[in-house]
Amino acid sequence: MRVNFTVNGRRQEADDVWEGESLLYVLRERMGLPGSKNACEQGECGSCTVRLDGVPVCSCLVAAGQAQDRDIVTVEGLAALAACRTEGGDCASGACGTGLDEARQWRADPARGTDSQTGEGTELSPVQQAFIDAGAVQCGFCTPGLLVAADEMLEANPSPSDADIREALSGNLCRCTGYEKILDAVRLAAARQEGTVSR
Amino acid sequence: MDFLRPAGWEEALAAKAEHPAAVPIAGGTDVMVEINFDHRRPDHLLDLGRIEELTAWEDLGDSVRLGASVPYSRIMKHLRGDLPGLALASHTVASPQIRNRGGVGGNLGTASPAGDAHPALLAAGAEIEAESVRGTRLIPVDDFYTGVKRNALAPDELIRAVRIRKADGPQQFSKVGTRNAMVIAVCAFGIALHPETRTVRTGIGSAAPTPIRAKAAEEFLNAALEEGNHWESEAPLPDSLVKQFATLAAGACNPIDDVRGTAAYRRHAIGVLARRTLGWTWSARERSTACA
Repeated sequence: MRVNFTVNGRRQEADDVWEGESLLYVLRERMGLPGSKNACEQGECGSCTVRLDGVPVCSCLVAAGQAQDRDIVTVEGLAALAACRTEGGDCASGACGTGLDEARQWRADPARGTDSQTGEGTELSPVQQAFIDAGAVQCGFCTPGLLVAADEMLEANPSPSDADIREALSGNLCRCTGYEKILDAVRLAAARQEGTVSR
Repeated sequence: MDFLRPAGWEEALAAKAEHPAAVPIAGGTDVMVEINFDHRRPDHLLDLGRIEELTAWEDLGDSVRLGASVPYSRIMKHLRGDLPGLALASHTVASPQIRNRGGVGGNLGTASPAGDAHPALLAAGAEIEAESVRGTRLIPVDDFYTGVKRNALAPDELIRAVRIRKADGPQQFSKVGTRNAMVIAVCAFGIALHPETRTVRTGIGSAAPTPIRAKAAEEFLNAALEEGNHWESEAPLPDSLVKQFATLAAGACNPIDDVRGTAAYRRHAIGVLARRTLGWTWSARERSTACA
């Protein structure tokens, strides 16, 4: 089966997709985008969270064929999405977004000035930068799902209460149990977004 | 495996008629788990995700015709007024990600005794609109659950919508689990006061092979409320009455021991939930009466 869809603002095509395959598998194994993580495969952990037509979902529970003609945003596309939002642009036009090669080629490389410890030298969304600055990344496995969920919440609700944050992230498990720092990070991103705290 | 992708409802019914063993997939939150874990390898997956009318609802006057695939997150947001019990139950479903995909049609199709929507549907009063190329029939929710993960649908039928009676009084839903999110109910209880007919209806989840009503508890309560003239009164219900209702609700259970809890615990907990939710709804009624 062939699936045509939009991933991070760019039209993509996946071939030879098995009919029972999940969107997560297509993203990781066929698109080469391993940011969305594969853990529980039953919607318990949220580590595979992506946006499907704007809405956060567990990509492990979306059949690949259901993504036909839909718009997907993964953690790899968050920076471009945030930039797009700042400029009030429309990612669906394909003018912005993140290509597959661009997403695949990123690596921490002092020679290129990219640093995974500080986020320097690379484009990050505010919520990604806040996770780094607040020390919210431990083993990092849950991070992509949390970033997608948190980014969506901050888009819909720029000044969330702690209860709002807990609710929005209640479907994402962190087995390092680093929840306090994660909450700090989302509060920090919200405060920066509101302009009450500078970078 | 074939992936059937009907563009409209008629096409979906035709596909189901042609392939009665096809597994319908909408939100995917049940079906994909089974596929991911190799528990199920249907010959056909029938994707209902393209059928727009399944994600809409309409006002039928005294009821809401809720499309089978309306996600729980939209029920919580838009139908809290007309369907408060279902909205509360929807809020306890799994996580935001799951609530963005899953809907009542899937809960009914799976017919797990632990489905969160069932107690709310039983308490409110609902009919399942089952449709096939042969026509449409309305199945009362009381007749819908026929066994563990079994329902009254014929092999060629699909769930088009659920017609749920609009609330005419306070409703509550309460569920026992280890945390607030991502919990399959250890047990759950739904209650709806119907002041117009002076009746109370209930629903029990995860404490019997199917979702059930606590009928003896309802009958006792309805008679006691009438006899004591309680519908006319603003006073709280007598403790003895509430206690007897809770005992009868616990008695309606036919639970099992499993990893989530023992049968004895479930029976006890249903009694507690019945007592609490009756208290909450009855005091909400007092407030709404006082405001009127």
